[in-house]
Amino acid sequence: MPTIDLASVAEQLRCLGCTHLVWIPDSEIGGLETHLDRSIRLVRACREGEALAIAAGLLLGGGRPIVAIQCTGFFEAGDAFRNVVQDLKLPLFLLIGHRSRAAFEAGRSGDSAARYLEPILAAWELEYIVLRPGDDAAAIGELHARAQAGGFAAAVVIAE
Amino acid sequence: MRTDECLAKLAEFRTDEVVIAAMTSAVLWPAHGSHPRDLIYVPSTMGGAPALGLGLALARPEVRVIVLNGDGSMLMSLGCLVSIAEQAPPNLALVVLDNGMYAVTGGQPTPGAGRIDFAQMATAAGWRSARRLATPDAWAAALPELLRAPGPHFAQLTVAPEPTAITPPPEPMGDRLARLSVALGKR
Repeated sequence: MPTIDLASVAEQLRCLGCTHLVWIPDSEIGGLETHLDRSIRLVRACREGEALAIAAGLLLGGGRPIVAIQCTGFFEAGDAFRNVVQDLKLPLFLLIGHRSRAAFEAGRSGDSAARYLEPILAAWELEYIVLRPGDDAAAIGELHARAQAGGFAAAVVIAE
Repeated sequence: MRTDECLAKLAEFRTDEVVIAAMTSAVLWPAHGSHPRDLIYVPSTMGGAPALGLGLALARPEVRVIVLNGDGSMLMSLGCLVSIAEQAPPNLALVVLDNGMYAVTGGQPTPGAGRIDFAQMATAAGWRSARRLATPDAWAAALPELLRAPGPHFAQLTVAPEPTAITPPPEPMGDRLARLSVALGKR
């Protein structure tokens, strides 16, 4: 069962003017699709690196995309992330589902996907916040506003 | 046919389309003239040019986008044939220059070199049109539809294997993106 209020997340995306949600769903944020209205176009990608490149094209064209993927896909998308953020210097904004985070923090999981996400985000010098169950989804809009104003890429890590 | 011959023919027909050129095309396309709507996509995401083109085509439906890709790059991102077909942007054309090799790394064969029918894959994925062409005349005959008719269109051009040394673009990526942005105008 989802632990994040996905209706509130969808409302945040609407409020910040998101034009396209480019995604590969995971078990936590997969239900977001049912909360989207027609103001946001859903773009389904086959791999996460592809999702980031699609978002780059949208940004170049003046769109306001958000990419939603799981942390495992973020690992796969390293080359695309490097190119879009470091070479093209585009203000990519991501929602990243953090698989097994809660269990890992409680010492009940050895899932390497949980262990390595934050070190890798740090290595990529990506600014991020962690959204835990019960947190106010308004934090998404606040980070997005700062990232847009500063012209930098950022991510919301959604704890699972 | 030769890759450069294909690009020369495209340059002849091209008007105000965005042209995204990756890998071998990125090296050879600038010799056919400078256009503010060119994006020489170097450095790139490996295999990412079609996805970049999809995003741009979705953001700017009034702008025609042409992506020049290689067969090695296409193999790295075959899934995007499906992603593009699902979105079905009528303003996108993807051209795969199939030389059967990784031309910029010394000419090593790509997997399945010479045997892969990308056009059939695109057809199966649901593209509006997909064709496999092997002669300059056939390419020239296909160009009007690719550039003018509603797409998305796919073309696989069988070209001669010619190793190509990758050369850095003459200006920084930031300058290239800024010029493209100005050329596209406000959204």
